[in-house]
Amino acid sequence: MDDSLFTIFMNAAVVSNFVLAMFLGICPFLGVSNKVDTSINMGMATTFVMVVSSAAAFAINAILGALGIEFLRLICYIAVIASSVQLVEMVVKKFSPALFQALGIFLPLITTNCAILGLTLFQTSREYNFIQSIVFALGAGAGFTLALLLMAGIREKLELAKTPDIAQGAGMTLMIGGVLSLAFMGFAGLA
Amino acid sequence: MNRPDQYEQVTPDTFLRGLWEENPVFVMLLGMCPALAVTNSAINAVSMGLATTFVLVMSSSLISIFRSFIPKQVRIVAYIVIIATFVTIVDYLIQAISLNLYNSLGAFIQLIVANCVILGRAESYASRQKLGTTVVNSFGSGLGFTMALLSMGAVREILGAGALFGVNIMPAGFEPWVVMVLPPGGFFVLGCWLILFAWNKKRKEQALLNNAVKGGAA
Repeated sequence: MDDSLFTIFMNAAVVSNFVLAMFLGICPFLGVSNKVDTSINMGMATTFVMVVSSAAAFAINAILGALGIEFLRLICYIAVIASSVQLVEMVVKKFSPALFQALGIFLPLITTNCAILGLTLFQTSREYNFIQSIVFALGAGAGFTLALLLMAGIREKLELAKTPDIAQGAGMTLMIGGVLSLAFMGFAGLA
Repeated sequence: MNRPDQYEQVTPDTFLRGLWEENPVFVMLLGMCPALAVTNSAINAVSMGLATTFVLVMSSSLISIFRSFIPKQVRIVAYIVIIATFVTIVDYLIQAISLNLYNSLGAFIQLIVANCVILGRAESYASRQKLGTTVVNSFGSGLGFTMALLSMGAVREILGAGALFGVNIMPAGFEPWVVMVLPPGGFFVLGCWLILFAWNKKRKEQALLNNAVKGGAA
């Protein structure tokens, strides 16, 4: 596979979009996609955590590899992610209490966002170097934000539309997710 | 629920709740990522469900045993470390049992760590209840999760490949709906299940309402 930085970025952002093609991070995708501005902020927070965790995971992997204790990888990764989420939470709370309110429970839940853990695991198994890992994290974050934003845009319009009673809520959101996912399959072969 | 004197007794409901009333996927909408990602065939769905059940039962039991030793402030980290330990065990186990299965489930075995079903059980149940009830309850939840995964995996495999557990069951002229085993199919099938459940709930409520009106008239 061609491993140029551009390919890595495009691949993570659109071709195998983390949300729509790999099913990572479905919980926030369904949970915080009802308003456009919240979804942008959520996307940015997640992207930030992704970049920090990706850099940290790269370092940890090197240390674990040198010591020959790779079986501790998963535990170390999740601990790193949990701490960087804590960092983001403190920063957001300090600089934008309104945003902190809007994101609510979904901010601490970034820890259990499998997109981030997935990202660190993929970068390890694909043996990316440091620069590649960071680009991969940026691409994944961009893809996550894009999916969240598209979904939020559609859902804002949908508020005004007449939908059957039983299809309201998660059922409808999933159906739209299916259509979006179908659309993203069109990117296959781009990179 | 926070007071330690309110322990729940083991009843059939302790077990059945997770299976139906509080089904992790269909009702609580937890653990959606594996529910969508690994359900492209029934066998993948079942193995993923059982792996998750194992981690769920083992980690909840351990958390329940240590519930009075874990300080409140660092409980989430403690839970995650316990869960990650069992996931590592499952990861190596599946690798040893079947490499094919390991490859088809991919990163999603390790991603069991980030499955909110498990953390949810730990936080809302295991940290407050005795070992016995916790085991029964988390086993019920795990089976509910497996059942939900199987019901998605079966539909997707039948429509997408014309087979169930790898055995052809559709007539010879059947053209497989390839989209069902691709990512969009996951969204569509889960969406349909949720709409079906919502319809069933609404119908029951309507029936209850009608009965009440009839009772009032008579």
